[in-house]
Amino acid sequence: MNSTANLAARLEELLGSTGVLSSEVELHKYAIAGRTPMIVAKPAHSVEVEEVVRFAESEKLVVICCGARTKLDIGMPPHRYGLALDLGNLAEIPHYDPDDLTLSVDAGLSLKKLSKVLAEKGQFLPLAVPHFDRSTIGGTVASGIDSLYRLQFGTARDLLIGAEFVDGKGQLCKSGGRVVKNVTGYDIHKLLIGSLGTLAAITRLNFRTFPLPELRAGFLANFSSAESAGGFRSSLLQSGLPFLTLELFDPEFSVLLHGVLKNAGNPVADTVSRRCWGVFAAFIGNEAVVRRIQRELENRTSQSGAVSGAPLDASSNEHFSDSLRETSAWLPRAAPEVAVFRIAKPQWFPVDFGEGKHIRENSELRAALLVSGSNTALLTILCNSSTDKNIDAFASYVERLLFRLNANDGSAALLHAPDWLKARCNVWGPQRPDFPLVQRVKAAFDPVNVFAPGRFVGGL
Amino acid sequence: MPVGAVNHYSGMQDEFTTRLMDTALIGELKSLLGPANVLSQTEDLLLYEFDGSVEKARPEVVVFPHTTEDVSRIVKLANKFHVPIVGRGAGTGLSGGALARGGGVMIVFARMNRILKLDLENRRAVVQPGVVNLDITRAVEHAGLYFAPDPSSQKSSTIGGNVGENAGGPHTLACGLTTNHVTALELVLPDGQIVRIGSRHGDTVGYDLCGLFVGSEGTLALVTEITLRLTRQAELVKTLLAVFDAVGDASRTVAEITARGITPAACEMLDGWTLGVIEDYIHAGFPRDCAAVLLLEVEGLREAAESQAAAVAEVCNANHAREVRTARDAHERDLLWKGRKNSFGAMGRLAPSNYVLDGVIPRSKLPQALERIQEIGTKAGFRIGNIFHAGDGNLHPIILFDPRDPGQFTAAISAAEEIIRMCISLGGSLTGEHGVGMEKNELMTLLFNDADFDLMRRIHDAFNPDSSFNPGKIFPISKGCGEIRVGKSPRILASAT
Repeated sequence: MNSTANLAARLEELLGSTGVLSSEVELHKYAIAGRTPMIVAKPAHSVEVEEVVRFAESEKLVVICCGARTKLDIGMPPHRYGLALDLGNLAEIPHYDPDDLTLSVDAGLSLKKLSKVLAEKGQFLPLAVPHFDRSTIGGTVASGIDSLYRLQFGTARDLLIGAEFVDGKGQLCKSGGRVVKNVTGYDIHKLLIGSLGTLAAITRLNFRTFPLPELRAGFLANFSSAESAGGFRSSLLQSGLPFLTLELFDPEFSVLLHGVLKNAGNPVADTVSRRCWGVFAAFIGNEAVVRRIQRELENRTSQSGAVSGAPLDASSNEHFSDSLRETSAWLPRAAPEVAVFRIAKPQWFPVDFGEGKHIRENSELRAALLVSGSNTALLTILCNSSTDKNIDAFASYVERLLFRLNANDGSAALLHAPDWLKARCNVWGPQRPDFPLVQRVKAAFDPVNVFAPGRFVGGL
Repeated sequence: MPVGAVNHYSGMQDEFTTRLMDTALIGELKSLLGPANVLSQTEDLLLYEFDGSVEKARPEVVVFPHTTEDVSRIVKLANKFHVPIVGRGAGTGLSGGALARGGGVMIVFARMNRILKLDLENRRAVVQPGVVNLDITRAVEHAGLYFAPDPSSQKSSTIGGNVGENAGGPHTLACGLTTNHVTALELVLPDGQIVRIGSRHGDTVGYDLCGLFVGSEGTLALVTEITLRLTRQAELVKTLLAVFDAVGDASRTVAEITARGITPAACEMLDGWTLGVIEDYIHAGFPRDCAAVLLLEVEGLREAAESQAAAVAEVCNANHAREVRTARDAHERDLLWKGRKNSFGAMGRLAPSNYVLDGVIPRSKLPQALERIQEIGTKAGFRIGNIFHAGDGNLHPIILFDPRDPGQFTAAISAAEEIIRMCISLGGSLTGEHGVGMEKNELMTLLFNDADFDLMRRIHDAFNPDSSFNPGKIFPISKGCGEIRVGKSPRILASAT
């Protein structure tokens, strides 16, 4: 039987004493759903990552990969939790070719540090994701978390051009390259996006980068009904205007957002009407482009029956955008018990925007909705007390909702759920018809199931 | 395949297609599909032993399914007789991806060519694999939409082939490859099972299976239905032609446009020699007395496109462009693009055959790469033309040769391999849009090591364990590659070892 002390001693032979954490205090920092790992490994480079994975395999330890540990609550708790593989020490930028607009970055580097390096060359990586100040680039890709800039720049899938990673056999592999156009071999790196560390330990990622925009601007409009807000959103989406961000939110979300902005002492909070539907648009470009989009927004606002609508000044726009970017970071703290659904639908009809209202009327639970211009959404159910009666009603409602949201070409999963809820229902929703193929991919990458068993879809 | 390959063109019998098709299988295929949908006579099969590459491999029977269920039944039948299967669209591929390297059954999707559904509001099209690329744009352009991937073959290549090869085109620079425009697929797996992956939205719960299957070159599954993302036409498109008296100036212009963060929708380079050839054929309006031109396109909101066009022109002028001309209208724009997209056809008038290479380099290395290509051509005794996607570093050197002259053929292959090796040495890659196929499978070892191949092989075997789908592609099969090979590869390995 492995004891932590025994494991620590042998792991230190591979990584040195600075590469291993084993104290209770340290282990607690890596807890998932109350479970702590037996040991934490902090390799300094990819060869050590290979060694750690082989070590874990030989010791039959389940490996949970992590970076800044900001998104460990996504997915189901692991079946077992032997070794936390902390990739935070892999934090170099081995290649940055600003003249080629390409970048190769180690998985453990934080987005904030990376953005600083890129900004020095007038460039950026358009992944605006929650926990931006702490998140690592590896965690961002592995979690597949949505970016606020998706409408204009796409997802990590559209930006990632190659990757290096250690597979379940403990072998360092690569896919893609450092050129912007490449069809050599299978696009294996795409599989890593959103795989939640169940396929491999990502060690390095290659991206295309983009020039920083000359100007950024924002516009907020408030509406008295879902129909008028939805109509405004739809007219903007069909307009061909290039929006960086286009978010629609219901009155309940307005209340939450207002609270977040207010608590931060931010004056922009006063532009959010707590009784209204809101539509926020952000856009970038040169002065002529920004002026043109602003003008069109003002015209459309006046024609759409908006209660109010106005451009945000630069500082307000930044604060507002940052708060929306961080939504899935602050939503879980918005009430004692919170479940956050992440939904994707091919189309949002006006009736869909009333989902929160529908929930309130049918369950006596509070609900808030935020819908992006790329047709993904965060639907949040809030429960103010956790009595047994409420908990049972909550769980049963969530499960029914997961089934409903996964019907009719939609897909939904719980991005955040309390541990007691995860014990009652699977956050990934009902099994999908392609699941046997998903299983084959998992078995190919990780034949002995060393990476995070139980965390992902279908118990993978 | 020529680069680094074992076999081929110059009249040699393809060593892999040696077995005669079992007549019982042909009989069953005819009962299943009707005789009009099965070809098995040698004179018919000859048409299917080529694609757009210099490869050659003949199938033993060609079938034309009309439905997904037909495809599934064909696969099950072929499995019963233990013969391999290869899918094919229009046969315009440039890496031998749609050639029957293992003989066996070729499934041609030409008759599965219906656009099944158009959802213009949400910009989605559901199509069968045999739909021609350009026909999708034609079906939706009235609504201000188009299908963005635009390979030069777009007037004839099919969506199924584009998906299999992850096809690109000039506008990949702004819009990405085919993979960026596919949201869902219906597949027939090597056991005949029909499955759907992805979603109409694009996001799904689980791994990005569409990301894996697009570009897998028919080695994992056959695609029988595709859901595509359509793109909105830009408010303003400006097409510029910049004329240079020195190739170095043109290539430095491309590098500087990239470095300055200007993002054109397309940035193509054509060298002076090829321009003359194109003009003789198309009369597109290209100059005949220059060293190179850049065909550039910027698009977007009027205010953005105009400012980008001005910035592009400024860089061209700073790098000694002799002239920067803007297409005055849609007709002039179309003519310039017609010249570009038919350029390989134009080159075909000069020699019995041509070999269009496909390599990628970092964009900043363009000037030195072009110099090196000329040196390689001079050494090998070939005039090498360059017509390529300069903006994303995707080179297409074109070597003209006579395949009847074994010496020329060997020299062309050798020069091609040297160019591809040069691309790799500059930090580039083997292929930007044509695929690996049987053209470059032996060169995969230049980029990938044993661990990489081991994982690729495990993924391949997870779906295609017997290599019954498109054997002999992507993975090296030559002697000494025992660890890399995939599956049991029923016929190929027997002949390769």
